[in-house]
Amino acid sequence: MAKRSGGPSNTEIDMTPMIDMTFQLITFFMFVMNFSEAEQDDRIQLPSSQLAKPADGVIEKPITLQLTNAGSVIYAGELVAVRDIGSYLEREKTLMIDENREPNSATIIVRADGRAKTGEVQDIIRICQEKGFERFALRAQYDDRR
Amino acid sequence: MARRSSSGLTDKVEINMTPMIDVVFQLMSFFMCTLKVVSPEGDFDIRMPIAAAAAAAPDDQQVPPVRVKLTAGPDGSLAAIAMNGTPVADFDELRKRIIGLVGADSGPNSLAEKTEVEFDADYALKYVNVVKAITAVSGKVENGQVVELIRKIKFTPPKKG
Repeated sequence: MAKRSGGPSNTEIDMTPMIDMTFQLITFFMFVMNFSEAEQDDRIQLPSSQLAKPADGVIEKPITLQLTNAGSVIYAGELVAVRDIGSYLEREKTLMIDENREPNSATIIVRADGRAKTGEVQDIIRICQEKGFERFALRAQYDDRR
Repeated sequence: MARRSSSGLTDKVEINMTPMIDVVFQLMSFFMCTLKVVSPEGDFDIRMPIAAAAAAAPDDQQVPPVRVKLTAGPDGSLAAIAMNGTPVADFDELRKRIIGLVGADSGPNSLAEKTEVEFDADYALKYVNVVKAITAVSGKVENGQVVELIRKIKFTPPKKG
């Protein structure tokens, strides 16, 4: 705070600490920001596992199917019945063939809720197999408790 | 920019900080609003071609698959575990049995690498139990290090009812 002599006193606030703190906050938010395009839905409570280590590389163009507790599949943000995912996968398959990619090279990420029925996960896998997909990644939350 | 004359000899230049502070606060608001806390996730990789079951011809090199049966209770909880028809008390015992069967070595051409586990789970069983079972057969954590066991995993076709 500085005062000038002569005339009415003009109070100046020292902005330096506030600017310092604000810049530090921005740096913090920039570091913790997640730019990944991984599909994650809050409605899914993934089961946890110590061995579900995050993948080293990025899975190229995966298809993510998220199974809710109620037995519906979240595909591209839409709620779909398990029996109806075949038509969506058929569309994915057509797109892949157009891009000269084989369906068996694509990975289907299955993000299933821990409370969902195992049979419904198996149904999803079976439908995917019928459409020519054979690589699956069963996603779980990484539990780092040792 | 405002200028103040001090003693008449030197001028002190004051920078107008208002636009910078405005931008900085807007940036901070953007980062705060777009912040999404993401917990780390990992995968269990499974390769299950549809023709695998039919094409699985007997092979000298191929070790017979280990069959793990997971039986569900009335509420979908785990009622019983069996490995190759023998009851198993819990997932820790299942892991011990797997280690007893394939050994602790999981390197190239090891028995653990060749062996495949086939899960036969009841339709209504809660999926969390399957993940626990996969964890039990896939490896263990020893002194903070992951020791891998069986990596080949498959499921039997779903049986509704």
